[in-house]
Amino acid sequence: MMRKLPKITVWRVIFAVILLFGLYATYLRVFYGLGGSTNLSDKFPWGIWIAFDVMCGVGLAAGGFTLVATVHIFNIQKYKPVLRPAILTAFLGYTLVTVGLLYDLGRPDRLWHPLVMWNPHSVMFEVAWCVTLYSTVLFLEFIPVVCEKFGWQKPMEWVHRISVPLMILGVLLSTMHQSSLGTLFLIVPEKLYPLWYSPILPLLFFVSAIGVGLAMTIFESWHSSRAFGRALELPLLAGLARVLAVVMSVYLWIRFLDLAHRHAFGLLARNREETWLFLLEIALTAVPTVLLYQARIRMRPGALYACAVMVLFGFVANRLNVGITGLEAGSGTTYNPRWSEIAITLSIVATGFAIFRAIAHYFPVFEAPSHEIQAEESEEQEADPVSVG
Amino acid sequence: MPKAILYDSTLCIGCKACEGACAQRWGFPYDDKIAAEEKISAHKLTAVETHGDKFSRRLCMNCVEPACASVCPVGALEKTQLGPVVYDAAKCMGCRYCMQACPFQVPSYEWNQRLPKMRKCDMCYDRQSQGKMTACSEVCPMQATITGDRDALIAEARQRIAAKPDQYYQKIYGLKEVGGTSVLYLSAVPFEQIGLRTGVPQEPLPETTWRVLEMLPDIVSTGTVLLGGVWWITNRRAEVAKKEGRRK
Repeated sequence: MMRKLPKITVWRVIFAVILLFGLYATYLRVFYGLGGSTNLSDKFPWGIWIAFDVMCGVGLAAGGFTLVATVHIFNIQKYKPVLRPAILTAFLGYTLVTVGLLYDLGRPDRLWHPLVMWNPHSVMFEVAWCVTLYSTVLFLEFIPVVCEKFGWQKPMEWVHRISVPLMILGVLLSTMHQSSLGTLFLIVPEKLYPLWYSPILPLLFFVSAIGVGLAMTIFESWHSSRAFGRALELPLLAGLARVLAVVMSVYLWIRFLDLAHRHAFGLLARNREETWLFLLEIALTAVPTVLLYQARIRMRPGALYACAVMVLFGFVANRLNVGITGLEAGSGTTYNPRWSEIAITLSIVATGFAIFRAIAHYFPVFEAPSHEIQAEESEEQEADPVSVG
Repeated sequence: MPKAILYDSTLCIGCKACEGACAQRWGFPYDDKIAAEEKISAHKLTAVETHGDKFSRRLCMNCVEPACASVCPVGALEKTQLGPVVYDAAKCMGCRYCMQACPFQVPSYEWNQRLPKMRKCDMCYDRQSQGKMTACSEVCPMQATITGDRDALIAEARQRIAAKPDQYYQKIYGLKEVGGTSVLYLSAVPFEQIGLRTGVPQEPLPETTWRVLEMLPDIVSTGTVLLGGVWWITNRRAEVAKKEGRRK
């Protein structure tokens, strides 16, 4: 890549344009404050930087803990090839969430305050701690990849020694803050539209995060197979897709029961923006769920990818509905993001893609592990001859 | 004894003296243009609203169990013994969760500042802790706003309603709303007609999130044992399989 000048491609031009707009928006944010860069108001204090950058960002990074639990705690070793990209996505995801927060916080210089000034009654306090700790866990989980690249043995052994408690901690922290992002909205019963406000928001957020973590793993495997010319691990991804279908079925079922118990279905008769966005969200979740139950769809790369993308969009729609749309009527105002909010969000996403690509290019994220690891690997393979096909 | 404010809309003549006194107390500019703004904002922490021939006042309700103080991740907001909900700008990191959580949409933000603060009425905490009444009560020519002990003000409000039942709507706003507020309203008409939110829950809002948060220790301890157990079993099974595989 560095040997010659980078070729000009459509994607690179788009990337550059997004970053230029993002830079100008950053200038506005820094010098003119939130008022000069966002459409936020006293009645609508949270916009897409929270609803998308933070709430979707954390959710889309859920593949990390889902696959760590699958491979290392439930010991289903066959999913190991997709574990590293999932951990990398998660680590990058959380880093970018923090970047998004730096834009959104009125006083980004005080990002560290919750670590020192405690309020255990605050959901946000809990999320802040979990996200900080979990980012550290993800960093440690990714260290072996870096060590492998440079052949460092010492830190690798060190991380290996604490790996089991580390992984358990990671899964617990994820469970806590993925659900807590839903708990955040329990405080606004009179503002959030009843199609979304539910006392079990934390459960719904947790289950959907597991699903979207799997969908994201399929999504990134598909993309990296194209970008790096690797063969797609189709049987593996099909296996994940089957789990995904089950998880999303459970999610939809809980959602159905919740709406039924709260007698909220009557709301669907109203011709309101909320109704249509709700139906869109459910359709984007239900359609791929049904499709993924069919083996012939799971085994076709294009269809599998399309289903994963639909799940991702359904997830994003849900988080935006909870974080933005569902709050508009109750707040007595409307909110549409300003161009600068969108520019920064797109820049963050684009940077995420670029960094992922660069790391996957330079570090052994996808490649078969090198010899030093192979020893460890074969040992582990021996350890479980049943599950390693 | 916690302090409170009683605002009697039937006595208010809409002179906006309270607005001026409030601006002065905070050191905010106040002129005709600002007086004409009928909403609270970062430079106007109380506002007199006109609803037909009725008036109403907006200010922080200083809830008995404030949502804002419960959600603040850094504890910048605090419900004092004295009654006011006070704000420590030095702690605030600007997450604006207090604004999202407030059922009355009271907290305002200095959107155009580079180093912004949240702004809201704190029921003149400094004055009240010296035994003085709030600036708005002191200046009110009609005594439409008065300061006192919350219980005494509730008794006073009940007395007013009982004495002139035909002039008052038969309820006190702030008695039960979100578990009680430190600003109480009397009105001649139902409260929604003078712009008050009547749809707010009757229970304290901090309960809604605490119900979930208080389960965390259980989730962590159960989760650790569960995940550790699963790991031990699957790992053990793999070890056994390995040994048996070798024996064969």
